[in-house]
Amino acid sequence: MRIPCPFCGERDLQEYSFLGEAGLKRPDPKADDAQQQFHDYVHIRKNKAGLTNELWQHIHGCRSWIVVRRDTLTHEIFSSEFASDTLKEPAK
Amino acid sequence: MKYSVFSLIHQAIRGQKDWTPVWRDPEPKEEYDIVLIGGGGHGLATAYYLAKEHGLKNIAVLEKGYIGGGSVGRNTTIVRSNYQEPGNIPFYELSLKLWEGLEQDLNYNVMMSQRGVLNLYHSDSQRDEYARRGNAMAMHGVDGELLNRDQVREMVPFLDFENGRFPIQGGLLQRRGGTARHDAVAWGFARGADSRGVDILQNTEAKQIRVENGKAVGVETNRGFIKAKKIGIVAAGNTTRVAETAGLRLPIESYVLQAFVSEANKPLVPCVVTFGAGHFYISQSDKGGLVFGASLDYYTSYAARGNLPAVEDTIEEAIAIMPGISRIRLLRHWGGIMDMSMDGSPIIDKTDIDGLYLNCGWCYGGFKATPGSGFCFAHLIAKDEMHPAAKALRLKRFETGHVIDEAGTGAQPNLH
Ligand SMILES: Cc1cc2nc3c(=O)[nH]c(=O)nc-3n(C[C@H](O)[C@H](O)[C@H](O)COP(=O)(O)OP(=O)(O)OC[C@H]3O[C@@H](n4cnc5c(N)ncnc54)[C@H](O)[C@@H]3O)c2cc1C
Ligand SMILES: [Zn+2]
Repeated sequence: MRIPCPFCGERDLQEYSFLGEAGLKRPDPKADDAQQQFHDYVHIRKNKAGLTNELWQHIHGCRSWIVVRRDTLTHEIFSSEFASDTLKEPAK
Repeated sequence: MKYSVFSLIHQAIRGQKDWTPVWRDPEPKEEYDIVLIGGGGHGLATAYYLAKEHGLKNIAVLEKGYIGGGSVGRNTTIVRSNYQEPGNIPFYELSLKLWEGLEQDLNYNVMMSQRGVLNLYHSDSQRDEYARRGNAMAMHGVDGELLNRDQVREMVPFLDFENGRFPIQGGLLQRRGGTARHDAVAWGFARGADSRGVDILQNTEAKQIRVENGKAVGVETNRGFIKAKKIGIVAAGNTTRVAETAGLRLPIESYVLQAFVSEANKPLVPCVVTFGAGHFYISQSDKGGLVFGASLDYYTSYAARGNLPAVEDTIEEAIAIMPGISRIRLLRHWGGIMDMSMDGSPIIDKTDIDGLYLNCGWCYGGFKATPGSGFCFAHLIAKDEMHPAAKALRLKRFETGHVIDEAGTGAQPNLH
């Protein structure tokens, strides 16, 4: 697997570390069902067979956090973006 | 047909012409009392013990591929019970006890070989940690011995004891641990279940679990709808995919783990040896091949094949403890999909859906668990109560905070 970094270009898998599913939102600790929400946030995963968005870090390169679009059935990689662009919450 | 030395002699004289198929290939019935989804080691063992221990007959095992095609036929065959968390030890020890009588029980040679499992330690703190684990085992009546360097040297003299970075100081030895022939385990349980009336349906994929009014009522398959009173999900690496058809969301991620076997060599490695400064384990098969593996590939995957960085890492770890094998050639390597749970320990439980039961989260360690898992899951399905040895392996433990985190790595499955 070679992963394109938006900053460094296509680099070998070995330069990256993998965190997991992208887009998990840290729940509001003040919510009434905060306990349940935190359980889901920490433990429950879609674990999708097919196209997924994942968080990777280019740890041995520019150290950017990126969101990679990848197929878990074939390991094909479609795109990557800076996580700071993709995952930023819209300003309230 | 009962296997014995007489059946072997008889077949030898008859030119091996009278062997019969080891299990039937039946047509699916319209309805079963119990349908198990997944014909790996755990599904087959569950069916076997349901029939044998609980006298239940009307059971089907659905397998989307062929028997032995999943991780049960892909693992590095290590069997042991040297765990340290109270929730795990009784379960894995029950499993090891079942292994010890399995061949007589199944009338099938699974080549269980209690050649010992030796975990090396490389520092004072690791020695202390292993001593602690050994003590935890001893408190549960599990055998374990803390060896010093000389005792290890006597057993496995060819290790790199003076390694500059990770000198070998000693090891924790479980003599009752060892290896078994993985696919024979699948075949043995399949034969045992089949001969007690269980229908093993190969090439039968569960597409959708049908739930009506909060109750599981059957399974849509590529061979039509099969009604069931109770349904067990035992799909290992594919658990999430099967469970989501019933609307379940689980604390599981699937990863690929690779394994390796070398060309055949004369007897060299007498027991299972693991590298404490990394995550490497090696044994030698009866054919002479060195069988080994290390950590999984660090990204989620449903492709039963991995990438080269994990290969390189494995070989580096191999050479770090056994420099002498650096010239041995690899024969094959392959991958399997593993159901990694969020705390690294398995789940055997009922779900919130009536009649739907769950068995998953086996991580790196499900082969050794095969008989124990089948035994406890059968108990749960037959009696609707947890088996005492598996009572900590609840699904709800993630909600209540009673996680069983052997490795202490938290909810990050690729670190377990
Ligand atoms: C490389 C490798 C090395 C390992 N080494 C060890 C080891 O040394 N010691 C140890 O204890 N454990 C080890 N393990 C772990 C162990 O192999 C697994 O935890 C265990 O085999 C999983 O249980 P199983 O045998 O039931 O799984 P599997 O054999 O994978 O069975 C699951 C079955 O479900 C079927 N299935 C999936 N979806 C469906 C569906 N929709 N419909 C019908 N059928 C379906 C699959 O085809 C599969 O046959 C290793 C695993 C791997 C991959
Ligand atoms: Zn980069």
